[in-house]
Amino acid sequence: MSETQKVKDPTPPVKESQGSQVVREIMSGNAVISVLAVVVALVIGGILIAVTDPRVSTASGYFFADPGATFSAIWSSVSEAYGALWRGATYDPTARTWQGQLGIFETLTFATPLILSGLAVTLAFRAGLFNIGAQGQIILGAAFAGAVGFGMHLPPVIHLLAVILAGAIGGAIWGGIAGFLKAKTGAHEVIVTIMLNYIAISLVLYLLKNQLKDPTSTNPISPQMDANAMFPLLLGPNFRVHAGLIVAILAVIGVGWLLNRSTLGFEYRAIGANPKAARTAGMLVSRGYITVMLISGALAGLAGVAQIAGTEKSLDSEIAGSIGFDAITVALLGRSKPWGTFFAALLFGAFKAGGTSMAVNADVSIDIVAVVQSLIVLFIAAPPLIRSIFRIKAARREGASA
Amino acid sequence: MSVTANILPSKVVDRVAVRSWKTPILFGALALFAVVVFVLLGPSGHATFRLSQEGDAWQVPNLVLPAKVFGIIVAVVCVLLAAQSYRQMKNDGRIAKWVTMTFTVAFVIGLMVWIIGGTKTQNITLVGLFTGAMLITTPLVFGSLSGVLCERSGVINIAIEGQLLAGAFTASLVSSITHNAFAGLFAAAVAGVFVSFLLAAFSIKYVVNQIIVGVVLNVLVSGLTGFLFEKIMKIKVDGVTIYNQPAQLPDLPIPFLSEIPVIGPTLFRQSIIGYFMLILVAALWFGLFRTRWGLRIRAVGEHPMAADTVGINVNRTRFLNVLAGGAVAGIGGAYFTLVAVSSFSKDMTGGLGFIALAALIFGRWNPIGAALAALLFGVAGNLQSILSLAGTPIDGQFLAMLPYALTILAVSGFVGKSRAPAADGEPYVKG
Repeated sequence: MSETQKVKDPTPPVKESQGSQVVREIMSGNAVISVLAVVVALVIGGILIAVTDPRVSTASGYFFADPGATFSAIWSSVSEAYGALWRGATYDPTARTWQGQLGIFETLTFATPLILSGLAVTLAFRAGLFNIGAQGQIILGAAFAGAVGFGMHLPPVIHLLAVILAGAIGGAIWGGIAGFLKAKTGAHEVIVTIMLNYIAISLVLYLLKNQLKDPTSTNPISPQMDANAMFPLLLGPNFRVHAGLIVAILAVIGVGWLLNRSTLGFEYRAIGANPKAARTAGMLVSRGYITVMLISGALAGLAGVAQIAGTEKSLDSEIAGSIGFDAITVALLGRSKPWGTFFAALLFGAFKAGGTSMAVNADVSIDIVAVVQSLIVLFIAAPPLIRSIFRIKAARREGASA
Repeated sequence: MSVTANILPSKVVDRVAVRSWKTPILFGALALFAVVVFVLLGPSGHATFRLSQEGDAWQVPNLVLPAKVFGIIVAVVCVLLAAQSYRQMKNDGRIAKWVTMTFTVAFVIGLMVWIIGGTKTQNITLVGLFTGAMLITTPLVFGSLSGVLCERSGVINIAIEGQLLAGAFTASLVSSITHNAFAGLFAAAVAGVFVSFLLAAFSIKYVVNQIIVGVVLNVLVSGLTGFLFEKIMKIKVDGVTIYNQPAQLPDLPIPFLSEIPVIGPTLFRQSIIGYFMLILVAALWFGLFRTRWGLRIRAVGEHPMAADTVGINVNRTRFLNVLAGGAVAGIGGAYFTLVAVSSFSKDMTGGLGFIALAALIFGRWNPIGAALAALLFGVAGNLQSILSLAGTPIDGQFLAMLPYALTILAVSGFVGKSRAPAADGEPYVKG
């Protein structure tokens, strides 16, 4: 007995690899923390909205004469903003057109690439790798998909399948570089993927000036995709929801199967939990790093396909927006589980759809959404902080993680 | 004593046994590139480097190099040095510093002559190149020094971008309100410290993964400054945006020194932030490698448990270093709005924080190395904008990729050995 004690003790947390620790941190939390984190983040966002509202500052000028005025100003300021956010993301009876009323479909549209790129981050995460490079992989995926989408002219269905395949390959190449360098040279994947993001932007800007440029335009933008190469719209021309959403849901199921039911997924989880133990058990850790980054990149590439063949129609350097970075927060919020990522992506999709309507209807800049999103992740990543705010006891966690 | 005796021989054995062929391979590839591009595809005619501007006190004649002949010389030097690196690796297992240095310098100069010789005008003003580069280099240096402070003590700082942006925003806001640029400068440092405080609190106290915190803080600062920019800085009084009109820091030319061709306008005609940068680079290098303070920090970053054993408070050291790093990056951020441009705009740091991270790694976590890397990246960045006007054989986008590509080569071990502090990114929990 004392033997095992001795062996165990000299392995303090210092020696643990980052990946395994993060995975444990994320897996050992519970859903309550997630909900509370969202609440606290929304409250802080509300404070920001109220403080910067001129009506509130006017009312607070005579706070002591009429404190009620200040509170009602705060209430109307915050409720207007979040009300617009909620209505924009779900159902807005005040909108002028009936299409505009159904913001829920905009939410699904925005969520589609987030689901796919969130899965990319999630998968790599489970193998102990930080894929900060979803942004670059989306760009490459979109570029490859675009090259096939407007460069070739194929019959229906086949063309779309070719576009999807090309996008996955584009993303896989970009992710694979990071995986290969990690496996063969030990280069830190975080640094490599960050650098690859910027290289991807420069590369696409170069291609948009030369090979992929629309000859009829003076701007660095590509020609439009063939109609055959586009995802069909699921609800007709009035809504932007496209078949990419089905691809995304299939990807959620696929990644769930891969992680939980397949040998490969078992290897990934083993590598993520403890690469040294995995190596000792006879797994090829380096091969795991390479394949997981290939698949992860392919998923992000599919998010690029969802962008170009779903909503954007043509390639420009802004094709990825902030999706690649949102994907990281989505994966964290989803606690690195496929369905968790799916729902987190829906939430962030709702933020995006609602944020646009909030900016228009309540004059609150969409940047507040970024603030709220990042606060959510910060709080979720630090369960002790949320616990101390709400005085939740951490008794279960010790038992669960041990 | 017995402990050191046990450890030393194994270290020596390591050194002899491990031969990395990456650098000779890279040099060989670059030498081949030099032969093909500089010699075979080299432009005819001359490349002119203008050293002084009209109105300078000392007029220096232009440097005119025949592009083809010079390309041949550079190619030959590169081939010889690549062979030498191969020979040294084979015989000694390591490559002498002078080989690497000479190769890099020769290749960069060769590349410059090739690029300039290939433009339509075939000349470039070096003063313009370097003073323009300083606009990029200065914030890069501050950003990478922030990284040095954090990472030498074992905390990965991905939030440099956020610190710079917070500094830029706060400097503009406070300088506009107080009409005092120094108040803006001070506030920028405070803002950087604030971002750092979040980084330190979450990553050290709550042991959240440092990369996650860094990534999230960048989003947070971008969102926060963007939101406040829309809400506050766009407020107009009498048609003027009063909260985004920062008082500027003036240039303070140093008499005599500022008259030196090229170097003078680049280094000795700067704002106070620029001079502070020069001092800081030297001071940090000295502090880290020549003082007890630096030894302690490096100990915490390399082997926190050993440092703890001899009585250094690991987490306090890290906390203080991260805060200091925030102040440094905040000042670097102030450069954007108090010196470089006259007002704040959304996400104006434009990813420079990540290039600063690249400079830090390419400069091997050394203040002087990081500053030189920042200079290289600054020149590459400015060359890109100059060349986009001049018309060139290579596209500016490839110059834009250069810092990132070099960093990938550096972390994969192709350019020397770029090794992070051993405990970088590993939280320390006592026990």
